Amino acid sequence: MIQYILKRLTMLLPTLFGVVTLVFFMIALAPGDPARVMLGERASKEKLEKLRADLGLDKPLAQQYTLYLKRVVHLDFGKSIKSGQPVMNEVKERFPATVELAICAMIFASVLGIWIGVISATKKNTWIDYTSMVGALVGVSMPVFWLALVMIMIFSVHLNLFPTGGRINIRYYFSPESNFYLIDTFKYLFQGHPEYFLSALHHLILPSIALGTIPLAIIARTTRSSMLEVLKQDYMKTVRSAGIKEKRVIYRYALRNALLPVITVIGLQFGLLLAGAILTETIFAWPGIGKWIYQAIEARDYPAVQGGIIIISTTFVLINLVVDLLYSVINPKIRLQ
Amino acid sequence: MKKILTVSLALLFSLLAFASISGCKQEKASEDASTKTEVQDTQKEDNKFGGVLVFARSGDSVGLDPGRETDGESFYGSTQIYDTLVEFEPGKTSIRAALAESWTFADDGLSATFNLRKGVKFHDGTDFNADAVVYSFERQFKEDHPAFENGPWKYWGYMGMSDIVDSVVAIDDYTVKFNLKVVEAPFIANLAMDFAAIVSPTAGEKYGADFTNHPVGTGAFKFVSWIKDDNMVFERNPDYWGGDVYLDRLIIKVIPDATARWLALQKGEVDVIDFPSPEDLDAMKSTDGIKVVEQAGLNVGYLALNTEKAPYDNKLVRQAMNYAIDREEIVAGVYGAAGAVAKNPLPPTMWSYNDDIEAYPYDTAKAKELLAEAGYADGFKTEIMAMPVARPYNPNGKKVAEIMQAQLAKVGIEASIISYEWGTYLDKCDYGEHEAAMLGWTGDNGDPDNFLWVLLSKQAAEKPAGNIAFWKNDEFTDLIFKAKQEMDVAKRTEFYEKAQVVFHEEAPWVPIAHSVVSEPMKDSVQDFYLYPTGKRVFAKVWLKK
Repeated sequence: MIQYILKRLTMLLPTLFGVVTLVFFMIALAPGDPARVMLGERASKEKLEKLRADLGLDKPLAQQYTLYLKRVVHLDFGKSIKSGQPVMNEVKERFPATVELAICAMIFASVLGIWIGVISATKKNTWIDYTSMVGALVGVSMPVFWLALVMIMIFSVHLNLFPTGGRINIRYYFSPESNFYLIDTFKYLFQGHPEYFLSALHHLILPSIALGTIPLAIIARTTRSSMLEVLKQDYMKTVRSAGIKEKRVIYRYALRNALLPVITVIGLQFGLLLAGAILTETIFAWPGIGKWIYQAIEARDYPAVQGGIIIISTTFVLINLVVDLLYSVINPKIRLQ
Repeated sequence: MKKILTVSLALLFSLLAFASISGCKQEKASEDASTKTEVQDTQKEDNKFGGVLVFARSGDSVGLDPGRETDGESFYGSTQIYDTLVEFEPGKTSIRAALAESWTFADDGLSATFNLRKGVKFHDGTDFNADAVVYSFERQFKEDHPAFENGPWKYWGYMGMSDIVDSVVAIDDYTVKFNLKVVEAPFIANLAMDFAAIVSPTAGEKYGADFTNHPVGTGAFKFVSWIKDDNMVFERNPDYWGGDVYLDRLIIKVIPDATARWLALQKGEVDVIDFPSPEDLDAMKSTDGIKVVEQAGLNVGYLALNTEKAPYDNKLVRQAMNYAIDREEIVAGVYGAAGAVAKNPLPPTMWSYNDDIEAYPYDTAKAKELLAEAGYADGFKTEIMAMPVARPYNPNGKKVAEIMQAQLAKVGIEASIISYEWGTYLDKCDYGEHEAAMLGWTGDNGDPDNFLWVLLSKQAAEKPAGNIAFWKNDEFTDLIFKAKQEMDVAKRTEFYEKAQVVFHEEAPWVPIAHSVVSEPMKDSVQDFYLYPTGKRVFAKVWLKK
């Protein structure tokens, strides 16, 4: 097993090299001069030239690239042009928020999605099945920003059940350490301040549902078709003929076998959420990485965009690795291959 | 498996339900707690004291060192912490004393001496004095200054301060002298800008490059904490030199989406919101408990006619363009409640704005007559460059251009519309490659010079130009140059008013609109003024209980 993990980790290196190269050239070749964008209406020729020199933009592209590679190897992503702060720090301040939201959204989507998928499959062609699948279709096609705003309007403003946005009640003046609020507030749970943790959880609910809706629908549909496939297999007849209870047949024997494609989908969706949470983050005032990268792109903040994308891509690749490892846990045959 | 699923689901839902209930409870409890502190404060002083104000804005600050940053969002934060030697009157562009009690210019206009306020302390307990003033400025232009490398000090450059200021010298503990390279009246207005804030040298030396995250000033509020892209917390400075500060705390919170900000205000989670969607304004005004404070922004959007190219080298054609374009229709169609029709190059909140000038009315007959007189009875073909980006002074360049195109067609002018990526667009404007181009300007220091000199002087017509009409009028430039050299505000006003008359007659632009800034807030928010320069100041704001 350890050998297998090591082998997979070594295989990551060319992938990451490809990511770094692609990101560098995509951004370097994009139209628009960052110096011009930064100085805007007020730029004079001298100031523009000076800024270009300061940013190293006057050097040949090949030289810029080798310099960049060298720095990335040392995990130095440079400083953001806009703020002057190290890109790594800027990412550390925001990425945990996105990861925390994405994890909660995926828990919501996976638990509910698998459950709905199984029910639909076992009650195939009944009204339960139809309702669930139509619901899933609606879920996939729903614009996230619209859903989020409607949810805030109904559940926050009219019913007063949830806050409209943010990560924790700002009047608690809570100062995070790791920026994973559920972790940071957890220790206060037993120190007479459960309100921190509960407020953080409370703030997570609406955004998680908004962000999780599309993955939920996709997971439900994948689970359903995968379950239908498995239920048709001969070995299901064998299991049933052994007189095992139907529920046990479904959850213990069918679902386990049906889960492989579902886990792939969960892994992919989770990766997508990391970069694709921007709409949810914007509406719920969630201080995550999506909006930060978007603004960096707008400002042609090269180091920030490059560093940000590389760090997210790396996480994405690592999640895929975890998914592959999960495969071998669920289906030991894969390890043998 | 099913069991696990059911149990986990049940667990999740019960946790969520519990969280939502207790969360609500906790919020109430904390509100009770804050009411209690309010009550205590109320007993202590009159009823203006106490409370926490939450101001929701659209984006986060980049940093909190006002010398280093250039964006409005950064200044929203730093303005609360820092003071300047002179400051803008609330809601106006005129200047009054602040950390300097008084100032005098030398007779030759080549130096200015400031008498500093005594007994003022920085938030870190150190004294505000002449050394602090010298430190705050020298770090921005003396390359051998230890804090110089923490720059770039962009605004110092934007305002051309190195061409104005030669040196800043401490005469004694409470007197500072600025030696100047040129006679420049608007210089005093520059000192009211955020980049000219006075910072604590002790804190500056202690934090070095990280000072932008640990701001220490003399302002109405002390910096408490900042969670990036989320919120900033400030607390009252009880020793503020400018008198009582009423709010216990000020929270500036980021809510990027305009509709979400409005929902948060409706729910009462926030007290004041920035940048409302113009289409929501009517609903906001008619909502109980909400009021909207409005003011014309310190900006102007215009169509510059390149006077170096035919037919715009002809004054009659330029005037005809002004008659042929119906600004009312443009503002109604594109700006809505967020804009007001422009007639002058200066915004109406600027001192010396000449309101006696009559705007060119929309008059196609007059336009045709002028075109015939100029020898273009059959009209002409032209190209209009439309801005690719949205700005407050022009929220949709292409839409404005389309309306103009239709209007110009009525007088026989056949206009085509082109646009470029923003960087290219600005380059083309600066080098005069356009026939007619849309652009605009947002004022920095509340001085008319900051509009007229930068945008319309002969000197600004040098390529790369700020004067993209390439209009070189001696009379106009002479007037605004005299106004630059004159220290007396009444006399300066006279020069600028005359200059606007010349501009109107010569018509190098078709002025389009000024943005209107709207700030919706709870009725309970008192004494909030919008500043034309875009500042958001909470020093004197209080909450009605």
